[in-house]
Amino acid sequence: MADLSPLDHLTRLLARVPGLGPRSARRAVLCLVKRRETLLLPLMEALKTVAEEVRVCSVCGNLDTRDPCALCTNPKRERHVLCVVEDVADLWALERSHAFHGLYHVLGGTLSALEGIRPEDLRLDSLTRRVGEGEIQEVILALNATLEGQTTAHYVSERLAPLGVKVSRLAQGLPVGGELDYLDDGTLTAALNARRTWS
Amino acid sequence: MPSTAASPCPALEEEPRALAVLELTLRAFRSYREARLTVDRSPVVLTGPNGSGKTNLLEAISLLAPGRGLRRAGGGDLQCRTSAEPWAVAAHVETSAGIVALGTGRDPEGSPTGRRVLRVDGRPVSSQQALGEHVAVAWITPTMDRLLAEGPGARRKLLDRLAASFDPAHGGRVQRYERALRERLRLLRDGVADTTWLGALENDLAQTGVAIAAARRHLVRQLQAVMPETTSAFPQAELALEGLAEEALDRTPALVVEDHFREALASARREDAAQGLSSIGPHRSDLRVTHPVHACLAAHCSTGEQKALLVAIVLAYTRVVTRTRGLAPLVLLDDIAAHLDSLRRAALFEELTSLGVQAWLTGTDPEVFAPFVAAGAQPWTVDSRGLMADTLYR
Ligand SMILES: Nc1ncnc2c1ncn2[C@@H]1O[C@H](COP(=O)(O)OP(=O)(O)OP(=O)(O)O)[C@@H](O)[C@H]1O
Ligand SMILES: [Mg+2]
Ligand SMILES: [Zn+2]
Repeated sequence: MADLSPLDHLTRLLARVPGLGPRSARRAVLCLVKRRETLLLPLMEALKTVAEEVRVCSVCGNLDTRDPCALCTNPKRERHVLCVVEDVADLWALERSHAFHGLYHVLGGTLSALEGIRPEDLRLDSLTRRVGEGEIQEVILALNATLEGQTTAHYVSERLAPLGVKVSRLAQGLPVGGELDYLDDGTLTAALNARRTWS
Repeated sequence: MPSTAASPCPALEEEPRALAVLELTLRAFRSYREARLTVDRSPVVLTGPNGSGKTNLLEAISLLAPGRGLRRAGGGDLQCRTSAEPWAVAAHVETSAGIVALGTGRDPEGSPTGRRVLRVDGRPVSSQQALGEHVAVAWITPTMDRLLAEGPGARRKLLDRLAASFDPAHGGRVQRYERALRERLRLLRDGVADTTWLGALENDLAQTGVAIAAARRHLVRQLQAVMPETTSAFPQAELALEGLAEEALDRTPALVVEDHFREALASARREDAAQGLSSIGPHRSDLRVTHPVHACLAAHCSTGEQKALLVAIVLAYTRVVTRTRGLAPLVLLDDIAAHLDSLRRAALFEELTSLGVQAWLTGTDPEVFAPFVAAGAQPWTVDSRGLMADTLYR
């Protein structure tokens, strides 16, 4: 791909961003080039900063420029409830809803034998370690209603059972196969408030 | 292709008894670059030579309901090979809520093989379930001719497709169940002895599997109940659902069946791993169809008798839909006259007329449909010049 023009190269890269197809990537490139001062250069700066400074929080798996992240170190967060999510996008969705004031744990995926994602590929050991420290009294499993999400929720609850912590999950009523990230804030809040103990 | 829209519009004041396509427009769909068909509520007969586009037209109608249509084709196959425009099917359909405009087609933004886009009354909708709220379609095509003679997989698919038109979540459950089966089998084959993981999957399998079994059982019971209601000499079919979970539901509450199923899965692990298959569950169930007169299994019946049994199932389904949704579904009978003798054909025409459904029948020989047309069906001719309302008959 050495002989690819810089514009084509950029288009190909952008087309790999979720939500952008080749066509919208071309439009984006054109727009960036036309707005060099107001968009292209600031975007370049922003990308550079993110690349250099954003890292994964070693405690919860969130993304931030600090490690531990701002959520983990925020003294206003309740430290006795922990919300387990699949992905950082789900953490963001819950934060947008303002319905949850505790701490998070990002698993970084869900179990899938077919896709080769095994328990050791998820942040499970650090979860049991955190819960084992004793400060956490309740773990809320905010995992998607998909097969993989629910299998993982079941798996996590079994792993936490010996630790004697209360494990609850989001109330049913979330659409099956629905992904947290796509739910509106009201639905999320309702699901969080009506959570029930895992059985 | 030229399009001809010439059909007298009947009085539509009466309450509809059945879903009816009133106008169908195709663009760049299979062999049709451009075509429009305007019809009334009564059944439609499409005749024309081989390869003229009759099945393509029924396929277009089948895409007005959720799913991949009667050929289960991908978007790439639907695209007309001689047109650069993205394919589209649009229809005005009379429903209990009045006339709705439904549309589906290739996303001009997306890839040719990508998901099809859907529109209801001009507004884009994201889920196929939105189509299911308006339209139910049942069909019989020549590719289903061996459905009763072959393995149970195709019969389960038929049942699941019919069940999904009553409960749109059914299709999703079947997919989830099948995926969970593959997940579990992968773990077993790879020798992953993680009982927590296996248990989590088996838990999902038990819940989803029993829900699937219950939906199929409910459907078969409803079909059985309406089967004797036939008014004509058309043969009936005797149906029985065979499957551990389905049969257990006759005697045991669903939650208990779930528990049993979960335990059975756990104890089958070793054997399933050794055999490399999933030995128990509703994916092994079968719909047994027997001919009531010969009391013999459909597989042992003649070709024409099998066809008639299949039609009997679709007619029963039509009655169940009419009862539960208040409106008969669209019924697509591709190449239906083949294998049916004149007596059975006459009985079928009579049955369709008394059900009041808008049935779409195709065939190569217009002669065969003459009695049906005399009774009010709308004849259309499809040939290399396109679609034409057939005025010769009238
Ligand atoms: N994507 C496509 N683009 C163009 N032509 C297509 C496409 N897909 C199918 N065709 C053509 O459509 C023609 C008509 O097909 P169709 O199955 O509808 O015929 P038919 O009238 O049902 O014939 P028969 O009486 O044999 O069942 C075929 O010749 C086929 O090659
Ligand atoms: Mg055909
Ligand atoms: Zn953190």
